[in-house]
Amino acid sequence: MTPAIEVRQLSKRYGKLVALDNVDLVVQPGEFFALLGPNGAGKTTLISILAGLTRASQGTARVMGYDVLSGYREARRRLGVVPQELVYDPFFTVREMLVIQSGYFGIRCNDVWIDEILQYLDLADKAHTNVRALSGGMKRRLLIAQALVHKPPVIILDEPTAGVDVDLRQSLWQFIRQLNLEGHTVVLTTHYLEEAEALCNRVAVLKQGRIAALDSMHNLVRSTRDYTLELRLPTDTLPPGLDVWPGGHDGCLHNLKIKDYTEIETVLSILRQSGIEVLDMRLLQPDLETVFMKIMETDTAGVS
Amino acid sequence: MTGFYTLFHKELLRFWKVSLQTVLAPVLSSLLYLLIFSHVLAARVEVYGSIPYTVFLVPGLVIMAVLQNAFANSSSSLIQSKITGNLVFTLLSPLSYLEIFLAYVSASTLRGLMVGLGVYTVAAWFYPLPLQSLLWVALFALLGSALLGVMGVIAGIMSDKFDQLAAFQNFVILPLTFLSGVFYSIHSLPPVWQFLSHLNPFFYMIDGFRYGFFGVSDVSPYISMIVVSCCLVAISAWALWMLKSGYKIRS
Repeated sequence: MTPAIEVRQLSKRYGKLVALDNVDLVVQPGEFFALLGPNGAGKTTLISILAGLTRASQGTARVMGYDVLSGYREARRRLGVVPQELVYDPFFTVREMLVIQSGYFGIRCNDVWIDEILQYLDLADKAHTNVRALSGGMKRRLLIAQALVHKPPVIILDEPTAGVDVDLRQSLWQFIRQLNLEGHTVVLTTHYLEEAEALCNRVAVLKQGRIAALDSMHNLVRSTRDYTLELRLPTDTLPPGLDVWPGGHDGCLHNLKIKDYTEIETVLSILRQSGIEVLDMRLLQPDLETVFMKIMETDTAGVS
Repeated sequence: MTGFYTLFHKELLRFWKVSLQTVLAPVLSSLLYLLIFSHVLAARVEVYGSIPYTVFLVPGLVIMAVLQNAFANSSSSLIQSKITGNLVFTLLSPLSYLEIFLAYVSASTLRGLMVGLGVYTVAAWFYPLPLQSLLWVALFALLGSALLGVMGVIAGIMSDKFDQLAAFQNFVILPLTFLSGVFYSIHSLPPVWQFLSHLNPFFYMIDGFRYGFFGVSDVSPYISMIVVSCCLVAISAWALWMLKSGYKIRS
């Protein structure tokens, strides 16, 4: 199967600054893929190269098998990009923008699809409003609409929910999830890790221009074997023997960091021997944020 | 074709939606020049022997309006799109650099010609003009408008800020226009200035354009046509190279 996105030994240097350093990445059709990393890690550079907005210093990038340079027309027809900045053209209305954007892609009569996207993105009543008069959230939705006019099989969203209020964020995600269910490959960058965790199947974590982690969401989260055992006890001091586990307590609520499920039994037996009754117990799974923080702490040795 | 046509149409709409400022205002300011200069100079100067100064001035003002507006259109559209960031919509599309170039230049050419026609129509109503050859008039209007449209593309791509574009306009376009014989025949100049005027490509546009009206010019219209065409080709090659290499717009 032709990968939706295929990046090989991709590097981008701006003078001495290395924005991307020998990145290899393959995203298969139908994936919901998250590109994570702190600011300056190279996420936007990678997206810009795929979109043809930036030229790579080295390496190749392909969209649905088409090279972004030598086959740029074919590559761009298959790619919809939602840029991070809230850009708009103040001369036009919402509908005019979408008609113009369709025309750029060689599509003359796109009214039915445009109506549909406007409906989906809750912009139908703003169709004849000048773009300048839209709120930030509406401008964001218009950018998404513009990226979809040519029904691209691959959609890249660069921080689509930055600065968007909670209600809208939910409906945007619902919409994007639906696009993915309909077969679109979705790649996104976000600062909201819990969103990436809830939506994406696979994650790449970029750090200083390199891929620091690349795995399925499930494996990545499992890879940090850092569970937290939360115990509510009648006392605020732990019996001797339990202080070997790192952790802490807030009154009678104790946290123990454990590495393995088998340690739970050991903990419980020590409590039993000490005659301490367990009032409540919870096992907290590692989340993406924990994993992310951990990756960011370790040195840039490619884990991929 | 649809891609090119869409961008061309968008560029037309862009200035047409604000035509008060992009078409009517330049027509008005050209007419003000005409009123003032004709009032000050009409009684004193005759050009090419028998042509009254005001009548001599009209084609100069028309082509000046054509050139300035063609330049203004592509350059301001590009710099606005760069600064507001919406150039990204064009850059993300499969439009080729040639389509982008042609769309910007055609729209600019059309705006230049529209303003020129406006100035001509109103001015000719006040000061009836001879018209020796419509063909030469149309040719030089078209070539000049296209050339300045291309220069606007280059200036728009090179400038990062509005004041850089203004500098291009004030230190390149304006002196080249004013010193090209819009307001005078270069035969009235001292020899050094005559020689320098011949190095100014704008001189040939204005001289050739004027030939179409009066059948008289400082140099042969064929020479002017060749000079202006060569300039157009050379500067288009430069602009196309910029767009193809992504200079300043695809980092």
